[in-house]
Amino acid sequence: MSIAFACGGGGQSESQKAASPAAAPNAKKVDQATAGRISGKVLVDGTLPPNPVIKMASDPVCLHANPNGLTDQSYVTSNGGLENVFVYIKDGLGQEYVFETPTSPVTLDQKGCTYHPHVLGVRVGQPVQIVNSDDTLHNVHAMPETNQEFNYGQPINGMKSTVTFTQPEVMIPIKCDVHNWMHAYIGVVSHPYFAVTGDGGTFDLRDVPPGTYTIEAWHEKLGTLTQTVTLGPKDQKQVTFTFKASAASGN
Amino acid sequence: MSWLHRYAKLLVVVTVLLITAGGMVTSTDSGLSVPDWPNTYGWFMFSFPFSKWVGGIFYEHSHRLIASSVGFLTIGLAVWTALVESRRWVRNLAWLALGAVILQGVLGGLTVLFLLPPPISIGHAGLAQIFFCLTITVALVTSPGWRRAGARVDDPTLRRIAVFTTAAIYVQILLGATMRHTGAGLAIPTFPLAFGHLLPPVWTPKIAIHFAHRAGAVVVTGAILATAGHVWAHQRDRRELLRPALLLVLFLITQVTLGAFVVLSRKQPDINTAHVVNGALVFGTSLVLTLRSFRVKFAGATALSAPVGIVPDALGAHS
Repeated sequence: MSIAFACGGGGQSESQKAASPAAAPNAKKVDQATAGRISGKVLVDGTLPPNPVIKMASDPVCLHANPNGLTDQSYVTSNGGLENVFVYIKDGLGQEYVFETPTSPVTLDQKGCTYHPHVLGVRVGQPVQIVNSDDTLHNVHAMPETNQEFNYGQPINGMKSTVTFTQPEVMIPIKCDVHNWMHAYIGVVSHPYFAVTGDGGTFDLRDVPPGTYTIEAWHEKLGTLTQTVTLGPKDQKQVTFTFKASAASGN
Repeated sequence: MSWLHRYAKLLVVVTVLLITAGGMVTSTDSGLSVPDWPNTYGWFMFSFPFSKWVGGIFYEHSHRLIASSVGFLTIGLAVWTALVESRRWVRNLAWLALGAVILQGVLGGLTVLFLLPPPISIGHAGLAQIFFCLTITVALVTSPGWRRAGARVDDPTLRRIAVFTTAAIYVQILLGATMRHTGAGLAIPTFPLAFGHLLPPVWTPKIAIHFAHRAGAVVVTGAILATAGHVWAHQRDRRELLRPALLLVLFLITQVTLGAFVVLSRKQPDINTAHVVNGALVFGTSLVLTLRSFRVKFAGATALSAPVGIVPDALGAHS
């Protein structure tokens, strides 16, 4: 295994094109017989600052939906790992492979005046269905740097709208200007090798073709970390990213 | 006092309220909380249910309603002035105010539809102050004190300093608007020093904008003190000049204090807005002083020949 720690500490506002150019004319599908797997865990070194308590008094519906109060979702840890980290192959796939774009939508739900999920990944061209499950008004304001910015209202419970992103971009912040605590982040990539860390801070990238890749882990407050991984045929590599709690920003 | 003058003063007051509401929209980052325009989430804006004025919508929608009220009041001002005012240039001023408020409404709508592009948002903020000045000017020139014929101070030095001061304040307001709408409000997060230095040790566009606003504050402070000092030294007995000069100093002290607290409070919305509104009051007060220094140039006035300090009784009560 060849894993080299590369860098870290990018700001959460940084948005960048995920490097994955359009497939070449002779691009091929990934050979499942030789494909491998990159999995791992995201950890934190140090003590993270507490998530701020959200003040929802400006909207009685939100207040009622969260009778026990709510804290910001920036730092979610479980079983020693950090959740809501977007991990993806940033570089190394080149133009060698072609990937079918999924037609099934990914859902971003506004429920209880928070976004579910808080961080998600989609493919370029894949539909993202944005739903209002609250009895209050939300506006959906995407603030990409590469893709087209948009802002529209969803004043009624049950409203759905579908958007697609045409360019790779990690990450696109989404916010609701009505409820200033509502933030979500969408990572848009042109290949299927991405994941958002869940319980225990784990991630799993499957069916990865042999090659040498730059893997990036992105967190909204802690910035980014990258590692280089070389994967042989049928290899299974374990990668651990460790963010420094001292890199926390925006608190 | 004419009813037209009273009406114009009412418009000035409501415009201050409008600037306050606009300041709260930006300070609470609510500019896009109502994504459509001129409708509000599909409702006709005047029928948007009050129960739905939640979160950022409260600030944005109330700003739109107050703006509409100002628009209607300005139509009234223009029509009323056209009907009763004998001076053509005053009638033209009122029509100009109407044109400005219409353009202001369009800019406000465009900045929402185009997702707050800084040039449009800064233009919206800058035109707001021009409109405010127009309403102040109409209110001033329709006042009994302005209209009364008689001898006035003819002080070229005061006119020069006052014009410079008013212009400097406006430039400073534009710098402030640029800072607000480009997210540079905390580009230098320390006060009074910049990162512990007199000059920032590093420069980025945002730091440059922020620092320009601080440097502008120094220039404006000097200009206001020069204006007020001149009035105190040479026109102390002219109440119509002394009062705005003293008020200007009071607003200046308030403004610098608020500016410091904007940084120290990390842009707390009500402090931020108070800084914007007080800035408009500084500008408006300087404009009144400037216009009064030019009163001798208008019809019905003669240059005061008596020594400074000997004021005919009839001149003492400018509004």
